[in-house]
Amino acid sequence: MTTLDNIRQTSEGAQEMRSRSELRPQELMREIGAVLRMSEAEVAALGNVPSDPEEDQTMIINMGPQHPSTHGVLRLMLELQGETVLRCKPVIGYLHTGMEKTGEALTFLQGGTNVTRMDYLSPLNNELVFSMAVEKLLGIDGDIPERAVWMRMLLSEMNRISSHLLFLATNGMDLGAVSMMLYGWREREEVLRFFQKVTGLRMNHNFIRPGGLAADLPAGWRDDVRAILDMLPGRLEEYDILMTDQPIWRERLQGVGVITADEALALGTSGPILRSTGVAWDLRRDQPYLRYEDVEFDVIVGTYGDAFDRYAIRLNEIRESMRIVRQILDRMPQGDYRVQNKKVTPPPRARIDESMEALIHHFKIFTEGFKVPEGEVYVSIESPRGEIGCYIVSDGGPKPVRMHVRAPSFVNIQALPHMMRGGLVADAVAVISSIDPVLGEVDR
Amino acid sequence: MSDVADEVAQPLMHGCPIADSRGQVVLHAGRDAYIGVLKKLIDDGFTMCSDLTAVDYLTHAGRVLPEGIAPERFEVVVNLTSITTRDRIRIRVQVPESDPVMPTAFNLWPGTEAMEREVFDMFGISFEGHPDLTRILMPEDWEGHPLRKDYEIGHIPVQFKGSHS
Repeated sequence: MTTLDNIRQTSEGAQEMRSRSELRPQELMREIGAVLRMSEAEVAALGNVPSDPEEDQTMIINMGPQHPSTHGVLRLMLELQGETVLRCKPVIGYLHTGMEKTGEALTFLQGGTNVTRMDYLSPLNNELVFSMAVEKLLGIDGDIPERAVWMRMLLSEMNRISSHLLFLATNGMDLGAVSMMLYGWREREEVLRFFQKVTGLRMNHNFIRPGGLAADLPAGWRDDVRAILDMLPGRLEEYDILMTDQPIWRERLQGVGVITADEALALGTSGPILRSTGVAWDLRRDQPYLRYEDVEFDVIVGTYGDAFDRYAIRLNEIRESMRIVRQILDRMPQGDYRVQNKKVTPPPRARIDESMEALIHHFKIFTEGFKVPEGEVYVSIESPRGEIGCYIVSDGGPKPVRMHVRAPSFVNIQALPHMMRGGLVADAVAVISSIDPVLGEVDR
Repeated sequence: MSDVADEVAQPLMHGCPIADSRGQVVLHAGRDAYIGVLKKLIDDGFTMCSDLTAVDYLTHAGRVLPEGIAPERFEVVVNLTSITTRDRIRIRVQVPESDPVMPTAFNLWPGTEAMEREVFDMFGISFEGHPDLTRILMPEDWEGHPLRKDYEIGHIPVQFKGSHS
């Protein structure tokens, strides 16, 4: 096929929402049905709102892409009647940088630097799922040393804590509890300081790599983790006083952005959004990876599927993560932090000074990369936002043929129109916040 | 996996050959059987569609496929999850370059709306019956489909003596 054919096939309509007066009733019904996922009867009823186009009582406004409460560059087109949201369409892609295409040009060893930038609030989970997929392709997923596995769990749970703390901060800010914003960022910074000590960076670590980790834990890491574990419970109680028990907070969140279990499943949502509807689905428990079957923790579920449930779930998941981290502290085994498989592991630095072969080997791994046998796998883990999956196709070379990341925010954001329909504009902010989308991951 | 036929012949499930990929179950469905197979899998308990994506095999045409499955340039890959049995299954469908059209799974899972739009945007595979098949990540006046293998990646010229470009 020539490029010209390619271009000719590029026929697509506008991504934007059109005003009612421009739409024929049929189109309108299809659009509403598609975007809001209503039954036909509901669509017909809604399609009738402004019967006379001359008396168009509704208006379409853009929220974003530059809006402080859209968590990045999310743009929402809202059709409003007074203060009520009739239709909503998320328009995404403003942060699209072709990371999946970039992933095809990077070797399996370099891939971590790419995926870690997708969900920039839980970079270690991204690296983990990518590394696990590559290890499964290599057939070494059973050989990872115990210490490396427990270190991965420690980092993944600390990352969940930092991500949920940031959610509490932004959720508070969106609803006007600005002091919560400062508290959330303050506590998250403590966790990031720990990451900086371990990985060298606050974010985008590229620390979890195929075969293990980049380095061992630094001396004194236990004290740092204990300091965080000692500091957090008191702070979480403060949040409870500040927000959970506070009538204004409850009024703003309870009954807002309600979604049922059936709708959540049909829309493919995962993570706290699915759990808020009462579906106890957590990959850490239901399809255990690493050593999650060896630690005790509870899966937090909600009842009403509203924004308050999603807030409460995340707050309590911090407590559960702390419980897991305490068990990891007690059980962290000694041993190697990466698999000693010459195919994927570079020789230690000291060997390079002594041995020519080690130097060449080191050079080859970092320039050409290691070859991964032909095949395809899909691996998924529970990130703070839901199921993050990595689908990799290899042709036997050092670079993947296809590297796809199933981003939880990308799928979860589809629930926005559903949650917003019939609500108030003021609640729209609460609903966006309760989805907790990371636009770097939505657009990739 | 009650439908799996005896091991001597090729294992079948709902009339489609199944294969094992690093311990994961992969079902190779034809395009015509695609929606029917998905419906049967929903009845089997795979009620959640976790992921829908595509692969361009232009540079890797000689991949291993079960007998009777002719390789085509594109593949649409669907990952389903069963919440009750906690199983996963993957469906791979061959899509020819000359006719890159698939039936939509929107009516089974509304959640595939964005994923199918992404596949359309990135690979140029259209989904028949999709309610709003427009570009999702790229600007709407963009030409071409970036994740196709014959779509070149851009580069910034480097000003060194003797460097290419």
